[in-house]
Amino acid sequence: MPFDLVPIWTVILAVAVFMYVLLDGFDLGVGILFPFMRDEDTRSLMMSSVAPVWDGNETWLVLGGVGLLAAFPTAFAIIIPALYFPILLMLLGLIFRGVAFEFRLKVTSHRQRWSAAFFGGSAVATFFQGVVLGMYVQGFTVTGQMYAGTTRDWIAPFPLATGVGLLFGYAMLGATWLVMKTEGALQNWARSYATRALYGVLAFIAMVSLWTPFLHRQIAERWFSFPNIVWLAIVPVVTAAIAYVTWRTLRRGGDYVPFIGAMGLFAMCYLGLGISLFPYVVPYVLTLWDAAAVPSSQMFMLIGTLFLLPIVFMYTGWSYYVFRGKVRGDIAYH
Amino acid sequence: MDLDPVFLSRVQFAFVIAFHILLPAFTVGLASFIVLLEGLHVVKRDAIYLRLSVFWTRIFAVSFGMGVVSGIVMPFQFGTNWSRFSEGGGNIFAPLLAYEGMVAFFLESGFLGIMLFGRKLVPPWAHFFAALMVALGTLFSSFWILSFNSWMHTPQGHELVDGRFLPASWLAIIFNPSFPYRLMHTVTGFYLTTAFAVLGVTAWHLKHGRHVVESQRVMSMTVTFIAIFVPAQIVLGDLHGLNTLEHQPVKISAMEGLWETQSRAPAVLFAIPDEQAERNRLEVAIPALASVYLTHSIDGVVPGLKSVPPGDRPPVAPVFFGFRIMVGIGLLMLAVAAWGLWLHWRGRLFTTRAYQNACIAMLPAGFIAVIAGWTVTEVGRQPWVVYGLLRTRDAVTPSLTGGDVLVSLALYAIVYAVVFGAGLFYMLQVARAGPPDHVDLRDAKLGERPARPLSGADA
Repeated sequence: MPFDLVPIWTVILAVAVFMYVLLDGFDLGVGILFPFMRDEDTRSLMMSSVAPVWDGNETWLVLGGVGLLAAFPTAFAIIIPALYFPILLMLLGLIFRGVAFEFRLKVTSHRQRWSAAFFGGSAVATFFQGVVLGMYVQGFTVTGQMYAGTTRDWIAPFPLATGVGLLFGYAMLGATWLVMKTEGALQNWARSYATRALYGVLAFIAMVSLWTPFLHRQIAERWFSFPNIVWLAIVPVVTAAIAYVTWRTLRRGGDYVPFIGAMGLFAMCYLGLGISLFPYVVPYVLTLWDAAAVPSSQMFMLIGTLFLLPIVFMYTGWSYYVFRGKVRGDIAYH
Repeated sequence: MDLDPVFLSRVQFAFVIAFHILLPAFTVGLASFIVLLEGLHVVKRDAIYLRLSVFWTRIFAVSFGMGVVSGIVMPFQFGTNWSRFSEGGGNIFAPLLAYEGMVAFFLESGFLGIMLFGRKLVPPWAHFFAALMVALGTLFSSFWILSFNSWMHTPQGHELVDGRFLPASWLAIIFNPSFPYRLMHTVTGFYLTTAFAVLGVTAWHLKHGRHVVESQRVMSMTVTFIAIFVPAQIVLGDLHGLNTLEHQPVKISAMEGLWETQSRAPAVLFAIPDEQAERNRLEVAIPALASVYLTHSIDGVVPGLKSVPPGDRPPVAPVFFGFRIMVGIGLLMLAVAAWGLWLHWRGRLFTTRAYQNACIAMLPAGFIAVIAGWTVTEVGRQPWVVYGLLRTRDAVTPSLTGGDVLVSLALYAIVYAVVFGAGLFYMLQVARAGPPDHVDLRDAKLGERPARPLSGADA
């Protein structure tokens, strides 16, 4: 038996997806907040705060998609068809938003129209990422290692609810990002919207946490059987503590803590999801090992990935370092 | 009405990849051209090359940005529409696809930023190095994606276990028989596409009496380039054709429009292939010529479409006409190259108005030839996804309905029309403006460095 590469690939994929959610999450969130800020010049400032990093953030999505295909082709072949329209609309939202980004900052006429496109693209992409998440947790109809449902299965209460929930989640990331990156009136505005988004997020966390055990018996058993219930109780307790600190620092003090807190809430939700679903990669049907590529394929790809990932991390860190500190109106990126 | 999800998925894939391939067709060559300009600047210390490099880097930035945006869509197509290909072939092709993506990813993170925005931050030689790395990266990307594509045409190095392709030898998979020919022919095609686009823009500036010094310099360079590479491309195309004859003879039958297997096979200049009647209408042909250029012998036997059952034949008309469009453009390119050499020799290269008009008219020629050639090879692969082993109709996502694909295809069409329309409009604006009169390399401020491909057009 050759060395088992499945755990390594599981970690790589989990990291790539989480990096994507955190990083593209805050810049999508800034777009979601656009309708609540009417002033076009302030909107430009909001955009400038994410302008240098957004396309680097999106490359994690490609890594996640191609990584899933390469490391777990059977899972890819079931999950992606099931999400035909959510993925299509997410991609089109991202494309539209990317173009709106460039043209909104470039042209002085039609700024409002490009702002609307920027909001629309961000909101559509976010909503359908939430639908993807909801569908994933809900599970897929599978026969003979193929998706056997329809392309409309995502039109169901749970995926639609997680879609709305993620809008609040990314708005919270975006608003706390702005708290960190701006000052004065815009920062106060961001604090107030971050707090509202936090309330929405907490409501959805509570709702989804109560809902998921009813979706599948296995999830209920994992969380509520003894002795799991004792040590897994740490998860909601820590989540509540992070939520409190975030709420507290949004009211007064720290510019950085709210953003860190928001990321912490995402991390806890991600952890909770992992606890619910492990070891499935196609929930309740195929485990990570069932769906894995053969060792030769996983190994061939791992060589390149292990060479690449550290460089990507270094570069990501460097570009955030270069653009550290507050954005100001007088330093434009153009 | 009965909508066929297999056919519509093919149309959708053709649509998204056709738009995507136009951009690498341009950026692969442009990246190398910029390296050449940067290198000349470093060696000759002539500011004209710097101004030209700044100009073409602006256009590169816009097209690279659109290439990234349209490229994100591609890997998901294998899941949304071709899930049984992903399930069956993923163990083979996904790592190749991953390497292609990782190379692009690596470049975007590493050197593109310096190339687009770092001109004031690093010395010229470091900027040259960054441009060189980007150009090498585009070539490595082409390497991996064409290796994957070639494996679909000439699969080897695998074992078939329960309907799944499993890797046996990675070297055999990567260097499959059609790969070297496809790589050479495609990359040369990309280079020529860029050369004719550059030549067209340059001729336009010259015609309008703008940027005359720069345009004359580029025109000499480009005419020299095409005079070497157009003939080379014709030879490479012939070699690729012979390789295809060996491994995919039916594709050659469709390209040539030959129904019967025969010696002294004619070269069909024009015809309207009739798949129902299994013959050509309105055929104009030169006797025995196809045998000569395909087998290098007048009595050589060339296989016909009827050598395989109708169910194993590709759609004839797109392959047949695509091939003629590609070859026709190749001959036009050869004419432009020869004419340019002759004018150069007579010392009238920069003053002949008719030649300028011809170059402007040929600006999109490479793009059309790339799409036509791509159509020949990919439609010619049908009805197979993995040639001879996995049929296209067995590769499509089983849960899809024709209506689903029609809706997604319509949405792609609308969004691409807006996005590519805006991108093309913007690129033409930059092209029209021409090279800057002066490039200032001082006054570097790190905080002013933008970091998005499209915004590089301002840099």
